Amino acid sequence: MLTRNRLLAGASALVALSFVAPAFAQEPIKLGEINSYKAFAAFLDPYKKGMELAVDQVNAAGGVLGRKIEVVSRDDNGNPADAVRAAEELLSREKVAFLIGTFPSNVGLAVADFAKQKKTLFIAAEPLTDKIVWDQGNPYTFRLRTSTYMQTAMLIPDAVKLHKKRWAIVYPNYEYGQSATAAFKKLMKEKQPDVEFVAEQATPLGKIDAGAVVQALADAKPDAIFSSLFGADLAKFVRAGTERGLFKGVTVFDLLGGEPEYLDPLKDEAPDGWYVTGYPWSDIKTPEHTKFLDAYRAKFKDYPRLGSVVGYSTVMSAVAAIKKAGSLDQAKLVAAMANLAVDTPFGPITYRAIDHQSTMGTFVGQLGVKDGKGYMKTWRFIDGKDALPSDADVKKMRPAN
Amino acid sequence: MSGGKAGAPVLLVEGLHKSFGGVQAVEDVSFALSAGELLALIGPNGAGKSTCFNMLNGQLAPDNGVVRLDGRDIVGLSPRQIWRLGVGRTFQITATFASLSVRENVQMALYSHAGRLRSLFQRFGTAMRREADALLEQIGMLDQAERPCGVLAYGDLKRVELAMALANEPRLLLMDEPTAGMAPRERVALMELTASLARARRIAVLFTEHDMDVVFGQADRIIVLDRGRLIAAGLPEEVRNNPEVRAVYLGGTH
Amino acid sequence: MSFPSLLIQLLNGLADASSLFMVSAGLSLIFGVTRIVNFAHGSLYMLGLYGAYSLIELLGRTPLGFWSAVILAAFAVGIVGALIEIVVLRRIYRAPELFQLLATFAVVLVIKDVALYAWGSEDLVGPRAPGLSMAVEILGKRIPAYDLLLIVIGPVVLGLLWLLLARTRWGALVRAATQDREMVGALGVDQAKLFTSVFFVGAVLAGLGGALQIPREPANLDLDLTVIADAFVVTVVGGLGSLPGALLAAVLIGVAKALCIGLGTVHVLGVDIVFSKLVLVVEFVIMGVVLVLRPYGLLGKPPAASRAAGAAPLPLAAPRWQTALVWIVVLLAVPLVSDDYVAALLIDIACFGLFAVSLHFIMGPAGMISFGHAAYFGLGAYAGAVLLKRAGLPMEAAFLLAPFCAALFALVYGWFCVRLSGVYLAMLTLAFAQITWSIIFQWDALTSGSNGMIGIWPAAWLADKTRYYYFAMVFCGLGVALLWRVLFSPFGYVLRAGRDSPLRAEAIGINVRGFQWAAFVLAGTMAGLAGAVFAFSKGSISPSAASISQSTDGLVMVLLGGVETLTGPVVGAGVFTWLRDALARETDYWRAVLGLVILLIVVLFPQGLVGGLKMLLGRFRERRA
Repeated sequence: MLTRNRLLAGASALVALSFVAPAFAQEPIKLGEINSYKAFAAFLDPYKKGMELAVDQVNAAGGVLGRKIEVVSRDDNGNPADAVRAAEELLSREKVAFLIGTFPSNVGLAVADFAKQKKTLFIAAEPLTDKIVWDQGNPYTFRLRTSTYMQTAMLIPDAVKLHKKRWAIVYPNYEYGQSATAAFKKLMKEKQPDVEFVAEQATPLGKIDAGAVVQALADAKPDAIFSSLFGADLAKFVRAGTERGLFKGVTVFDLLGGEPEYLDPLKDEAPDGWYVTGYPWSDIKTPEHTKFLDAYRAKFKDYPRLGSVVGYSTVMSAVAAIKKAGSLDQAKLVAAMANLAVDTPFGPITYRAIDHQSTMGTFVGQLGVKDGKGYMKTWRFIDGKDALPSDADVKKMRPAN
Repeated sequence: MSGGKAGAPVLLVEGLHKSFGGVQAVEDVSFALSAGELLALIGPNGAGKSTCFNMLNGQLAPDNGVVRLDGRDIVGLSPRQIWRLGVGRTFQITATFASLSVRENVQMALYSHAGRLRSLFQRFGTAMRREADALLEQIGMLDQAERPCGVLAYGDLKRVELAMALANEPRLLLMDEPTAGMAPRERVALMELTASLARARRIAVLFTEHDMDVVFGQADRIIVLDRGRLIAAGLPEEVRNNPEVRAVYLGGTH
Repeated sequence: MSFPSLLIQLLNGLADASSLFMVSAGLSLIFGVTRIVNFAHGSLYMLGLYGAYSLIELLGRTPLGFWSAVILAAFAVGIVGALIEIVVLRRIYRAPELFQLLATFAVVLVIKDVALYAWGSEDLVGPRAPGLSMAVEILGKRIPAYDLLLIVIGPVVLGLLWLLLARTRWGALVRAATQDREMVGALGVDQAKLFTSVFFVGAVLAGLGGALQIPREPANLDLDLTVIADAFVVTVVGGLGSLPGALLAAVLIGVAKALCIGLGTVHVLGVDIVFSKLVLVVEFVIMGVVLVLRPYGLLGKPPAASRAAGAAPLPLAAPRWQTALVWIVVLLAVPLVSDDYVAALLIDIACFGLFAVSLHFIMGPAGMISFGHAAYFGLGAYAGAVLLKRAGLPMEAAFLLAPFCAALFALVYGWFCVRLSGVYLAMLTLAFAQITWSIIFQWDALTSGSNGMIGIWPAAWLADKTRYYYFAMVFCGLGVALLWRVLFSPFGYVLRAGRDSPLRAEAIGINVRGFQWAAFVLAGTMAGLAGAVFAFSKGSISPSAASISQSTDGLVMVLLGGVETLTGPVVGAGVFTWLRDALARETDYWRAVLGLVILLIVVLFPQGLVGGLKMLLGRFRERRA
């Protein structure tokens, strides 16, 4: 009975499709995008522009599968529950092909789990948490951005080379800061067994008590500091630390500190000599980046931030996946994502089949000040594939699902 | 003693003391009250009437002294417990449930008396309706039974309070300035009503009052407080002619 | 910690306390006179920072430019505060208590988007104070000269305020109004003018507190909410209306935070205690302890027994079964005619509806305002998740047990809360909620910390969205029906009686506190049920389910619908959830639009949506009759 019904339904659907299909071909392919536009505006404004640029370029080149693409964005208010509701709406009402986006770790994880439940592809653009591809990874979720672990690992060679013994650590008290700290401690102990962690400060996100934190760190008399602060916390920390002489004779490493989103507000107070991961946009002369930079500046009369690159590459990844799959079938899309190669402003990247992490890299170097503005005075690009743990370790962390 | 036919008094107060920060508010006050008797507690402002009252109803704990209700010591009991022993109260500034109707106010007291308030699902107001209406009938408020107390005239609120105070079939009624804020004609009417109910139900009534017409017109006996001490007690005529009382009321301080 | 470090940390605490004191003093002043809990006070602080930033750019980075900018910014914010009073609040003084909170909540939304529009999304780092950018050496440690100046400014502002209050006619009026609002009206004082001026002064203080932070804190869009919570805490810990209390509390909290940071990680008996992680919650712990021990704050006095400002609340009308039936039929039919998204939205509305009804249960009829009701929502959600994922219970069992876990916490928290009343009670519920939140947020092993828990999907037979929709409707519907039924039972009437007149209730033998406690637990249980339905509908749960913003959403829903009506909370939950969802899709500035819509509702329907509609309907009938 059931089978017959299904057959009937299937047949009638086919008949219907044969009439409607040509009309449908002109409809754009919708990508469902969810992000915390209001809660993390500083990063996501440039991100949105990056997406717009990518959509323009793709459509100007004729789109994909003969159809134009369209990004349908929703604001999740920084709240996982709202994000899941938005995802529901995008899938059932907007009939999007699949999901992309998200910024904070908890939202990323919630949408990833929703995607798994709905057996729908999800390309997590921005969440840094390692868990989204490792401990809590799932078959339907892929992540673009260089993760917390990768960025931390990229800083390790410089840290080891300096051979500082006494390290103090300061981090925002939530997933990203906790993971960065854990990864840093683990990797340092492996590479430099005599390392000592003399102080650790977990500060509430967005509410650092900079003076007290700086004082507490100074009391521990560290040789070096590892920080994963960003945004307003970073600005407060830099100023209080400078005023109180914390950074004299102390080497500082700061994750994300070279990203224009967080570096530019510091203006001439950008801390000279800090080791950071970041995005020295004005100095990158590769053809793929120059092309991106020129197009971005032409369209927005503004320079790109790291978020712009992430937004742009997210859309490009989605388009590449559709092209490779040759259809919007979820199983085919997910299969296409494995080992998918995408060209980004940072060069070619691949979505690894083993853990669904892209090999997007980032820039590592030291900060300096020029013309009243912070910049990365030395930098080198590190490919993401060189900052990931061994396949054996990854397999251990990622559940076999 | 008039009204003391039943023998043992309903309320017996002996040697009541209370001081606030070294100031003696009530000093060695003793009196007794029998069933069906109306006793007025009077005195000038600051004489200690309210303090005295609040020690009887459990709001304040006396420093010293005995309060017996039907022979049982009630010092240290909470207002709730004292109510359970059969003491009804009305307040100087009326206290009723403004968002409930007149009937519901009385029913609330009846439910409480019957121990039926803990019910979660039964609809309130379906039970004890007859009893409530009977009480409202007696105080002449049946025609306003449906109105919320929040919109009633002040004199009517006083009567609702009286009905609520009568709901637990009290042995003793404590009325703090029962006629304050009412028009003179209403005052006498309310106290006449109280007196007739008290006599019919054999309830002992203790009330404080400023209106001397009410006091001398309605009270069976009067006790007079001045500066925390009991200066006179007796029948209305005796108190009226007591020189000390006259001095307090007419001569101001002495 | 060495002695010099301890001393420096004390100074750090004092410096932090300075601005916090000013914001709190303003909040306290406004509450004292107008009885308005000004939720927008943090936004005024934020505007102070932004204003100072722009004015310094304009006037130049000289000492004169800097200080004029700070003062001008403070007064500009003062004008904004006065405008808020004149344009919005003045129209709704007659509304039920706390309704003004809804208006100020809407103002927060509007100001945030205005700031975003005017100053952009990037953090703005202001200059150091010209001439004060050096550090002073104390016992071999460096402390910025500006911090030392802040330590002095706090008490100076307190002194000036004291002079203003003690030596001027305006001050005398403010003090009189704080003690007895009705009295001032009776004295023939122009109340509108007094309120406007109080708002002006309060806002100047908030603006000054913000502007003075420009050398220490980048102007950014998150400041409003971070500051408002701190300011509430300080105001309540110090005692409402007590300015020295506010200073004392600000210092206490500032120093406690600095010491937690200073202690860092301490090894005791082989266990690492990370004091720096306590910073997240230490102020709420302090508030909880203070309120339990001193119900009116450190230097506060019990409020004069004043009767409620507005008219007595109207009697509730019981729902008609015909109306209920129509709704049930409509809700049953929804999945037949619509897509999964409508079902998802309605499930959210059902969860928030039950959440709002449970809040209304204690807030309206029982008269106990809760600022921390999300604790029970979050606890129910997390209990379901933990029982499913950690204890390995089947979904059905985890779901059914979850509300009782919330009940357990409500039992404990409620015991303390019902001993207080009014704003103090509300703030104690907030303290418990924040402590709960911070435990959920940091207990990685149990709750997965800030990430939240995922994979909390319903059992296979409920996996289908339509089925879960019916499941959610049944449980949320039963919850709402139960609470409404109870409201019309003797138990519910006792709650209303206890709210109307605790004195009379005790005098007819009612144990008011006991009933309130039971009501608190029942409401907590139902909020927990709502949370459990919510968690399983989303498949994931994060600490934001127990956060201040979730509690605030609940309050907004109740007030929007009408606290003095029965169905108001459900309508409020529906309108608010739907509006937010719909507006966020239509415009980038959805917060401002949402804020303006709420303001419009507030001004047009001071009784809430349902209250207002009832009134209109009543008028219409009268006219026809």
